[in-house]
Amino acid sequence: MTEKGTISRPMGPPWAWTSLLAVGLIATVILSMGMGYLKISPLEVIKIIWSAITGNRALLEGMDKAYSFVVLEVRLPRILTSALVGAGLAVAGVIYQGILLNPLADPYTLGISAGAAFGASLALLMNITVLGMASVPLFAFGGAVLTLAVVLFLSSEKGGVSSNNLILSGIIVAAILSAGISFLKYIADEHVSVIIFWLMGSFVARTWGHVGITFTMVLLGFMLCFVYARELNILCLGDRSAISLGVRAQRVRLLLLVTASLITAVCVSVSGIIGFVGLIVPHLMRFLTGADNRALLPASALAGAILLCASDTVTRALLPTEMPIGVLTAIIGGPVFCYIFKKRRGMGAGYA
Amino acid sequence: MPDGALYELERVCFSYGEARVLDGLSLSLDRGLFHAIVGPNGCGKTTLMDLMIGIRRPDSGAIRFCGRDLSHIPRRAFAREVALVPQDYGINFAFTVEEVVLMGRHPYMERFSGPSSRDVEIVERVMDTLDISRLRYKFVTQLSGGERQRVVFARALAQDTKVLLLDEATSNMDIYHTIHCLGLVKRAAAQEGKTAIATFHDLNTAALFCDTIVFMERGRVAAQGSLDEVFDRKTIKEVFGVECRVFEVPFADCSGKSPVKQVVFKT
Repeated sequence: MTEKGTISRPMGPPWAWTSLLAVGLIATVILSMGMGYLKISPLEVIKIIWSAITGNRALLEGMDKAYSFVVLEVRLPRILTSALVGAGLAVAGVIYQGILLNPLADPYTLGISAGAAFGASLALLMNITVLGMASVPLFAFGGAVLTLAVVLFLSSEKGGVSSNNLILSGIIVAAILSAGISFLKYIADEHVSVIIFWLMGSFVARTWGHVGITFTMVLLGFMLCFVYARELNILCLGDRSAISLGVRAQRVRLLLLVTASLITAVCVSVSGIIGFVGLIVPHLMRFLTGADNRALLPASALAGAILLCASDTVTRALLPTEMPIGVLTAIIGGPVFCYIFKKRRGMGAGYA
Repeated sequence: MPDGALYELERVCFSYGEARVLDGLSLSLDRGLFHAIVGPNGCGKTTLMDLMIGIRRPDSGAIRFCGRDLSHIPRRAFAREVALVPQDYGINFAFTVEEVVLMGRHPYMERFSGPSSRDVEIVERVMDTLDISRLRYKFVTQLSGGERQRVVFARALAQDTKVLLLDEATSNMDIYHTIHCLGLVKRAAAQEGKTAIATFHDLNTAALFCDTIVFMERGRVAAQGSLDEVFDRKTIKEVFGVECRVFEVPFADCSGKSPVKQVVFKT
């Protein structure tokens, strides 16, 4: 018999990582608020926030009046939206990977992004404004939800939906929608740049309204996923084992799938299509916390928020011209992922 | 202990689409014994297991567990009665061995609460008996097939049930671990009144451990009984279509029964 393992827990305690990431997120948000055309020191940022919370205006004395407005009304909504979208996409990524029993899955595997993109393109092309400013996000959301419904319909059979059927249906539907988007772009003529820009994702000019919608959906979704985290662990053993352990596999899978998809749909509607976050963050966090979803979900949410908030700040404040956030995450995230993937292959076949 | 059989199956039919896998199967299995189920590929062994654990429901016919209709028993309560070691033991995510074994305690754990001292104690004991304690912090994705199968076996034992269903549960283990794991199950049946129901491909492994054997053929029971009653050249020839001879070997098996029957095939 070969002695393969040494007795030592491979990762530190999960709560340590979660606390560290929480501190990291707060620091990222505060630093980001100070960065931009107007440079504001972290101390001043903290004063502005504290005075807004407590109503103590004395803290703002001696500070440029514009600072408070810039921080609270211009930067903060954008920063919070980006952080929430990052958290949402990362959580959805964890859920999709767990449910589809496939570490390569991400929030867009089932074609949610293609559906949202198609909906948004349609609204942009037809210049639909019946619903005011919210027309494009609402069309995107509608497209995403419709796509999910079609994918679920295609993959359902006697006894529920299976992982393989879901992936196959998702790929087929996404392919059809991609063709549809190409067609819309083709007939769009001068409108095409608007569509392309939306598809690449952006957090420019996000308001407190965006923050509210995203916050509600991401928080509710996260809580629901967290409640079922142990069931999600057990689903990773396969349906037979899960059911024999008393888990209602089909019901839990459907519930988590719909929740993760709604989170994704809201995220895509407010920000466009931002890739890689939902794929990379769960992977990175598994190296820190292990595969247990009870530790992985909070860690991924925080790390996703940090990643997207920091990326958005880089494109907003550090780059000479603003780059679409979706492009930036892929350009940075891709190589980072390749590096880790190659280095950590030791964790076992099929891991990454 | 209540009277009557543990499992009673009455004219059970099951089809995947057009393909009928179980065709009016009737079967009765008693408590406190090690039952082996054998039969050629595609005869419905795994489907039978799925029906007995409640993963699938029969198209027609009845399955009773301790006299109750299986579909009326709540899932979680049933998971404290019957555990399954499935045929497929692949796990795509890097859970540690200990985490996977602890999942066997799920039917006993309340939502949000951690493992109780009893849960921890059982997990420790099961890992010790299956010789995987030293692997506890290893990722299941790094283990060999046989090791991972032992982890899945341990997960089912941690469920601490009166009934254990084994679906080719030792197919990838070496002979030492096969004998060790099945010996554990056999002794639990002989000494603690537990029941094991196991499918096998290898007739000789089945014959080493079982008290009764069920021969399945095309979705029905072809023969059922003790080894002395049905484990013979004629039945094996009829069910599997191979020539063979059955020998008695003067070994005592792990419950002290002697002699042991083994089959040698003519190629």
